[in-house]
Amino acid sequence: MKKKHTIDFSSDWNLVPAPESTATIKLKEKYDLYINGKFVAPKSGVYFDTINPANEEVLCQVARANAEDIDFAVKSARKAFNTTWSKLSGKERGKYMYRIARIIQERAREFAIVESLDGGKPIRESRDIDIPLAAAHFFYYAGWADKLAYAFPNRKPKALGVAGQIIPWNFPLLMAAWKIAPAIAAGNTVVIKSSKSTPLTLHLLAEVIHEAGLPAGVVNIISGNGETGSFIVEHPDVDKIAFTGSTEIGKVIMKAITGTHKKASMELGGKAANIIFEDAPLDQAVEGIVNGIFFNQGHVCCAGSRLYVQESVFDKVLQKLKDRLQSLTIGDPLDKNTDIGAINSKDQLKDINKYIEIGLQEGAHIYQPDCKLPSKGFWCKPTLFTNVSQSNRITQEEIFGPVLAIQTFRTIDEVIEKANNSPYGLSAGVWTDKGSKIFNMTTKLKAGVIWANTFNKFDPASPFGGYKESGFGREGGVHGLAEYLKFD
Amino acid sequence: MSRIEVLKTYKIFIGGKFPRTESGRYYPLKHNNKIIANMCLSSVKDFRNAVVSAKAAQGSWAGKTTYNRSQILYRMAEVLEGRKAQFIAELETQGIAPKNAVQEVELSIDRLIYYAGWCDKYVQIHSSVNPVSGSFFNFSVPEPMGVVAVVAPENSGLLGLVTQICSIIAGGNTCVVLASEKLPLCAVSFSEVIATSDVPGGVVNIITGKQNELINNFASHMNVNAILYCGSDKKVIKNVQDLAIENIKRVFIRENSDYFDAKHDNLYYIFDFQETKTTWHPIEQIGGSGSGY
Repeated sequence: MKKKHTIDFSSDWNLVPAPESTATIKLKEKYDLYINGKFVAPKSGVYFDTINPANEEVLCQVARANAEDIDFAVKSARKAFNTTWSKLSGKERGKYMYRIARIIQERAREFAIVESLDGGKPIRESRDIDIPLAAAHFFYYAGWADKLAYAFPNRKPKALGVAGQIIPWNFPLLMAAWKIAPAIAAGNTVVIKSSKSTPLTLHLLAEVIHEAGLPAGVVNIISGNGETGSFIVEHPDVDKIAFTGSTEIGKVIMKAITGTHKKASMELGGKAANIIFEDAPLDQAVEGIVNGIFFNQGHVCCAGSRLYVQESVFDKVLQKLKDRLQSLTIGDPLDKNTDIGAINSKDQLKDINKYIEIGLQEGAHIYQPDCKLPSKGFWCKPTLFTNVSQSNRITQEEIFGPVLAIQTFRTIDEVIEKANNSPYGLSAGVWTDKGSKIFNMTTKLKAGVIWANTFNKFDPASPFGGYKESGFGREGGVHGLAEYLKFD
Repeated sequence: MSRIEVLKTYKIFIGGKFPRTESGRYYPLKHNNKIIANMCLSSVKDFRNAVVSAKAAQGSWAGKTTYNRSQILYRMAEVLEGRKAQFIAELETQGIAPKNAVQEVELSIDRLIYYAGWCDKYVQIHSSVNPVSGSFFNFSVPEPMGVVAVVAPENSGLLGLVTQICSIIAGGNTCVVLASEKLPLCAVSFSEVIATSDVPGGVVNIITGKQNELINNFASHMNVNAILYCGSDKKVIKNVQDLAIENIKRVFIRENSDYFDAKHDNLYYIFDFQETKTTWHPIEQIGGSGSGY
């Protein structure tokens, strides 16, 4: 007989609010562009609002760069490359980067609060993951700057020149660190564009870079919309395009640079399989499932959005998962208890809701925990779909939200086939207590990052990037340097 | 009375078999206005069949032990060595000077040996255990991309072709190769070397024909994971890059080059066609941790 559940969610899980104070944060009314070592007003004269997705209030205004601004930024980066940065020894480049890492650490709390304000992610994540990892990336690559010759045996690495970088809205500061750190360690100069919905921490990063005394023009920080990004992609004097974002936009960018000398690295979409075998430690696996799909509200390219549970343990896993969902705290991103914050933007919420509707129309069974959502802001309950099949759109397409499509399997061959049956190949997860099974699975799964008995772990020393339509090139580790170097 | 020579029918090589093109078409290969051979003018259908073979063969080829792959590449060199005279004669028939012909065949053999030696070593050079901050064992290894479509160098019928093929298959990929249009004879004869060297059927597929008829399909086929274009035509390069976007095929360009140059003994030719896979696993932290000896 099945054991009856005795968890009383109504009494056991009422946590006292513990909001992080914003008293120490003083946002400016307007943020300018950072070009050639100076904070400059955009030539367009246009500023746009950036809002807090948790309450829809305007936080401040941010400059929108136009083609002239980009041209100025690229020229500044080129000049810095020719006159200062390429003349500097690796050791000195590294010392500047160490400074950046240190100042981010010093201002970490401020960064974390602004990241959560601007993007809606729980302070627990911005404080413990985004910001410390960003600092760690600068620290890690700082040490590479004077050791490049050791990274590529029998080859003479050379910097490419000016790198144009475009980052997404889901991990703003962290993605900036992933892009800028290896680029300048390798001796390149940078023009980087923040995303339209989460530009703020990049403006803070500009302050850090300024404070670190980096030579003018080595890092130029631009804000704007998609069109602004296209000016970078199309600028003839850019030598390298690094992009993180959707596969759809990635293809548009690639199309724009064919036939040119521009080197590219693309970190694109994903639809990761997270596979639970019957011999897995199920409680840990359930934590892994939750972390896999609800981390950062599911706004994660490597999110474990397709769950495959071995049939024999399906009922048990599903019940545990539902219980766990009921205990998640959803709400104020600045509350230290919060597990799931706000959806990043109105548009994204619309997109997620569209997919939930599609799931229902496809005949899938929905489960959402019983919880209250704040009245203002953009919110989505963590969502499970069962009774889905491999051909359903919610199984095939990247939703980029807290929506999990759950399927079952019987044999290893079956689950490998299902897991690999996707145009994406960014990441995958495997849960089992059997070592030989792990190695069989990790060898057969076509994905760039495999988490075995864990999920969504990141580190500057660990190469990250996809197979197939999840893009190409690696960020992190010694491998990440190669994207910013050329060889004779 | 002098003996009547038996002339060879030059075929194509798909899935370990030697068909003529399904299209029944041919193009005359001439030297000094004399027809040397009626080469297969392979069709898009031939190419697609070859991709099916290459894809079917890839998993088990990548799954062979590296020692085994190494020996198979070495075997190719052994067999080519034994058939040197045939290849030299073929090169000369196509207008290569005798001295250069000897050199080209010998260097082709040596290049096979070079890449044979890498099969069980390149993984070590490219792999890493990544010292992450946390209680995890984390490592990265190279893995073959899968099926590679190759437009072989037009000006180096044997050596250029061998260089591409052996560096690609050394890394566990399989390939479909379009031979040089002007110098195709050795490509077909080299497929006979492949067929008799324990290379499983489908690992290497070689077709002959016209680049401009086939290259769009090489670049756009959804079951091809990477494309290598050997040549310097800017228009072709852009076209290949454009068509490859559909399934984000990896694109590599090797411009016209002197394949006699030792720079083509190049470990990085193997790495070009490798993906990097990173694996994480937690490390248990209990009892005794922190104690030294």
